[in-house]
Amino acid sequence: MIRIGNLEKSYGEQKALKGITLDVENGEIFGLIGPDGAGKTTLMRILVTLLLPDKGFATINGLDVVADFRKIRTMVGYMPGRFSLYQDLTVAENLQFFATVFGGTVEANYHLIKDIYGQIEPFRNRLAGKLSGGMKQKLALSCSLIHAPKVLILDEPTTGVDAVSRKEFWEMLNNLRHKGITILVSTPYMDEANLCDRVALLQNGSILSIDTPAKINASFKRKMLGVKVVNTSQRYGCVNLLKEMKGVDSVFSFGDVIHVTFHHADIDEIIVREYLFGKGQQDVLVEEISAGIEDVFMELMQKN
Amino acid sequence: MNQLLGFIKKEFTHIFRDTRTMVILFGIPIIQLMLFGYVITTEIKDARIAILDHSNDNVTREIKNKILSSGYFLLEANLLQENEIDPIFKKGDVKQVIVFERNFAQRLEREGKANIQVIADASDPNTAQMLYNYTNGIVQDYTKKKYAGFTIPVQIKSEVRMLYNENMVGAFMFVPGTMALILMLISAMMTSITIAREKEMGTMEILLVSPLKAPHIILGKVAPYLLLSVIDAFVVVFLGNVVFGVPIRGSLFVLAFLVILYISMALSLGILISTVANSQQVAMFISGFALMLPTILLSGFIYPIENMPYALQILSNFMPPRWFIDALKQVMLKGNGLEYIWPNILILSAMTIFFLALSVKKFKLRLE
Repeated sequence: MIRIGNLEKSYGEQKALKGITLDVENGEIFGLIGPDGAGKTTLMRILVTLLLPDKGFATINGLDVVADFRKIRTMVGYMPGRFSLYQDLTVAENLQFFATVFGGTVEANYHLIKDIYGQIEPFRNRLAGKLSGGMKQKLALSCSLIHAPKVLILDEPTTGVDAVSRKEFWEMLNNLRHKGITILVSTPYMDEANLCDRVALLQNGSILSIDTPAKINASFKRKMLGVKVVNTSQRYGCVNLLKEMKGVDSVFSFGDVIHVTFHHADIDEIIVREYLFGKGQQDVLVEEISAGIEDVFMELMQKN
Repeated sequence: MNQLLGFIKKEFTHIFRDTRTMVILFGIPIIQLMLFGYVITTEIKDARIAILDHSNDNVTREIKNKILSSGYFLLEANLLQENEIDPIFKKGDVKQVIVFERNFAQRLEREGKANIQVIADASDPNTAQMLYNYTNGIVQDYTKKKYAGFTIPVQIKSEVRMLYNENMVGAFMFVPGTMALILMLISAMMTSITIAREKEMGTMEILLVSPLKAPHIILGKVAPYLLLSVIDAFVVVFLGNVVFGVPIRGSLFVLAFLVILYISMALSLGILISTVANSQQVAMFISGFALMLPTILLSGFIYPIENMPYALQILSNFMPPRWFIDALKQVMLKGNGLEYIWPNILILSAMTIFFLALSVKKFKLRLE
């Protein structure tokens, strides 16, 4: 559905994309995972014909993003990173406007958005600016779907949205995929990567890895220990202690758990627990854990 | 077509929901017209004067009555001696002192000539000049009527008649100028701001990704303001007529045509500004500096073009309001039709096409 070949883009001296190559298959949810400044937004803007690439090519459904930009604009649904609807129009007016702009009606494609729009329809006469974050996001998704696009391009749709709404949002994307819509979504949240069919890990304008989340997780071959500190105020001190420990390769704190890898495979949870105990950290749980995408990401970043 | 109508409907909703926009659209024109009409008027009413009458005979009394009943002057003081003149000017209220020489009536009868001295406070030269003109006019008028039967001596007098604005009513000058200013403000400033707002809010990103074409977006932005500006223009003409008595001597159709042409010009200028401005503030700044000041200063609105330095006179040719104000005065005050104002129409049309072509060319279909 989407084919991208050796795509490059610079803003002045700054290279935003350094030769991106990837394919998105028909009907999959493809995730662009990477921190701020990795080039996710630039890549998406090139795909939705808002920016011109310096080098390389990109096509959607066989249409070139530069030459056939008019045709692409009718078949792509786009949700920018910032909430970009009219805050002084009501929920219903926004939806109506975007339906007309694309030359259709709300009724014609209502079946596509029924599940999503249905949740905010009780507030149809409320101004969009007065909606909560989760509701805004549902409205924005409805508006980008109202012309029945073949491809949906979503730039960090879950940034700044509460955990419950995030979960709901991913369920909606899953439903849309079953309706045959190809979805390209970017996110800075590593945990959301597991909800995609395939992901590309992006860093500084280059792709570190492209695969299914399971395979990416499996590509992490080394032993990893997770350290849970019961008293959360001690966690930072604990991270520092682990960094000082002999034989430790990397220490990263993800949420509640500190992920630790080692240069030597013979260091196990007992040794670590005793080390921390000796340093005065009594209330810690140490166990072997399997690596997540974030660990792969950190490992790949260190290699580069 | 439906897309365009949907867009226009959305624009109207934006306008009607935003109180600030509504105030700018309908409050400011009225306030500005009243301000310019009343505050910056060039006509004189109730100027305070003092009179020093050394003669105090029947002729001087008659002349004094005529002057004081003209409506232009208010008598502040009757002076008795020359040395009172200086102090009364220094107090500041009195703008002019009229001095009649001794034996005024007697000399006028015997020698056919008598002197009135007019001393004016020229710290405000325009007012001084105008007060002198009024006084002179009244005295001339008096002598002419009083000695109408006399054939000898035949006196040759220069007489100035103010054509089209006999009483030098300032509003005649300011209503067309204010109209040029208001229409420029609403049309150019508001369109440039509203397009810049779409960029600022990020909605332009979605509009660009939609199948809307540049002419759709531009036309959709312009149409509501065209309509509202025309309404404003008629409010100004109506108020000018009712409140300030500015006549509409020419044809209403020609007037409407001229106004719509000027509005279109201002709108295309607004779009042009918005193609360079990425935020509402920049748009406001550009339209404020690049449009308002020249409209006020270089268009002949307040300062006569003939009095400007040569370089500025040339520059004023490039100011659209100059041609609009000129044509507007011709239509409203002289009753001239298209046969007189066609050069102005031609120039304004050329400017409109130029701005429009440039902005369609500069309108970015992408983010860069």
